[in-house]
Amino acid sequence: MSVPILNASGCLDALAAPDVARSLDVFVTKTITPEPRDGNPPVRIAETDHGMLNSIGLQGPGIDAFVADHLPRLGALGVELWVSVGGFSAPDFARCCAMLDDEESVAAIELNLSCPNVEEAPETAAELVAAARAATKRPLYAKLSPAQWDIARGARAVVDAGADGLSLVNTMRGLALDPVTLRPRLARSVGGYSGEALRPIALACVYACANAVDVPIVGMGGVATGLHALELVAAGASAVALGTILFADPLSPARVREELRQEAAARGFANPLAARSVAVAGLEKSLQIALNGTA
Amino acid sequence: MTGVQRERLRVVGTETVGPYVLLRLDRGGLDAGAPGQFFMLEAPGRPLPRPFSLCMAPPGELGFLVEPLGPGTTAIATLGVGNEIHVTGPLGRGFELDVKRPLLVGGGIGVAPFPYLSDHLGVPPALLGFRTAFHAEAAALVPNASVVLDPVLVTEALPSDPGDVLACGPEPMLDALARLVPRAQLAREAPMACGYGACYGCVVERDGRYVRLCLEGPVLREAA
Repeated sequence: MSVPILNASGCLDALAAPDVARSLDVFVTKTITPEPRDGNPPVRIAETDHGMLNSIGLQGPGIDAFVADHLPRLGALGVELWVSVGGFSAPDFARCCAMLDDEESVAAIELNLSCPNVEEAPETAAELVAAARAATKRPLYAKLSPAQWDIARGARAVVDAGADGLSLVNTMRGLALDPVTLRPRLARSVGGYSGEALRPIALACVYACANAVDVPIVGMGGVATGLHALELVAAGASAVALGTILFADPLSPARVREELRQEAAARGFANPLAARSVAVAGLEKSLQIALNGTA
Repeated sequence: MTGVQRERLRVVGTETVGPYVLLRLDRGGLDAGAPGQFFMLEAPGRPLPRPFSLCMAPPGELGFLVEPLGPGTTAIATLGVGNEIHVTGPLGRGFELDVKRPLLVGGGIGVAPFPYLSDHLGVPPALLGFRTAFHAEAAALVPNASVVLDPVLVTEALPSDPGDVLACGPEPMLDALARLVPRAQLAREAPMACGYGACYGCVVERDGRYVRLCLEGPVLREAA
């Protein structure tokens, strides 16, 4: 059993780079909204010492043009397809999901409940998932923000509302200033922070949620090597997505997959998935030792 | 389209040219591409690579002109012979070479693509502007060039009938050229994370919408 390698939504355009998309086990689209969106004005990206900020703002064709024009071409790529959907209200999520419900090429829908670069919907994440659930029978993955104190509680709420899996984590809001002018480097000031520095945070979120709910988890956040991927699996993820590393290294999917296999084998695991949740199991054991004084 | 090409390349030479560094890499299996296309060069120690248009393509090599400004360009400019970096490319759309009376117009580090471009166009005249005589040492890389120095602007030195202008340089220079020569080909620049259409970071406004400079450009024509 292998650990599927995905791209993080918004980190790859399969139509611009089909060979990169085909090197993944699953391609996840950029978030599609009900209406077309221009996105945010430039400057949209800023590198920082240990990651990057983006403020793209969900630029996209809207769900109607996506289904009519993009979906047939994506379906023909020959790689499993997940569609990320977003919006600004529960009806927005419901509309996008209903449009995709009959599309056989869509293996799953990821609900972007946590874009840091656009206005938030007034409903809770669980209410948005419930609206999506009522609109489609397709598997639903809820993508959560790491910027919450008790993400396990958030995970329970969206699973209770009908999510079939979790995507952990989205970017978290950050700010970078120009060193000379001390003005924000991004046109919209703040952006979503991703890359290396997000990794321990993602790991903690996957770990907390794996303890709280019994659904598949796609782990992501700063993964650049096979060992990073294996750590997310050990924390409870059953699939791993690549984000910022795809910008620096478009050939990273094949590399990370091979490194992951080697890192798992080096630790005596028959396959990478056999390492799933070993960190979580360790927690239970160490708690037991602490409580009972025996192993 | 053979897809995105990326290789680890070895530095085979570096030389200073005024305030700039000419970085020469063993080409490996990478194609040099067309003039005006660009490559993403790994910036050691930094999360993201940096885009550079190809400056020259000696046999078996790729040459890039680097101006050390921030941490990424400084990391690239201080590479030594024998160091290795990952390079992705060639990427984007370069200059349209089917022109009758080419004139290269450049400013500062914007002269970077001109040596390679000049080769392909039969050494056309070039008009280059620089801030100082020190910066203007880069003009030696471009054959058949005349030079103006600050405060004279290249737009002031432009002949009355400039012909087919192919330009690269600071945004205000390109914007001024676009007004004077509407059909000029302008090599633009934008902060870029990936260089191959993945991040949507490098957008510029064209006809009222945002397009990705890495795919539609970097060479754009103001009047299409």
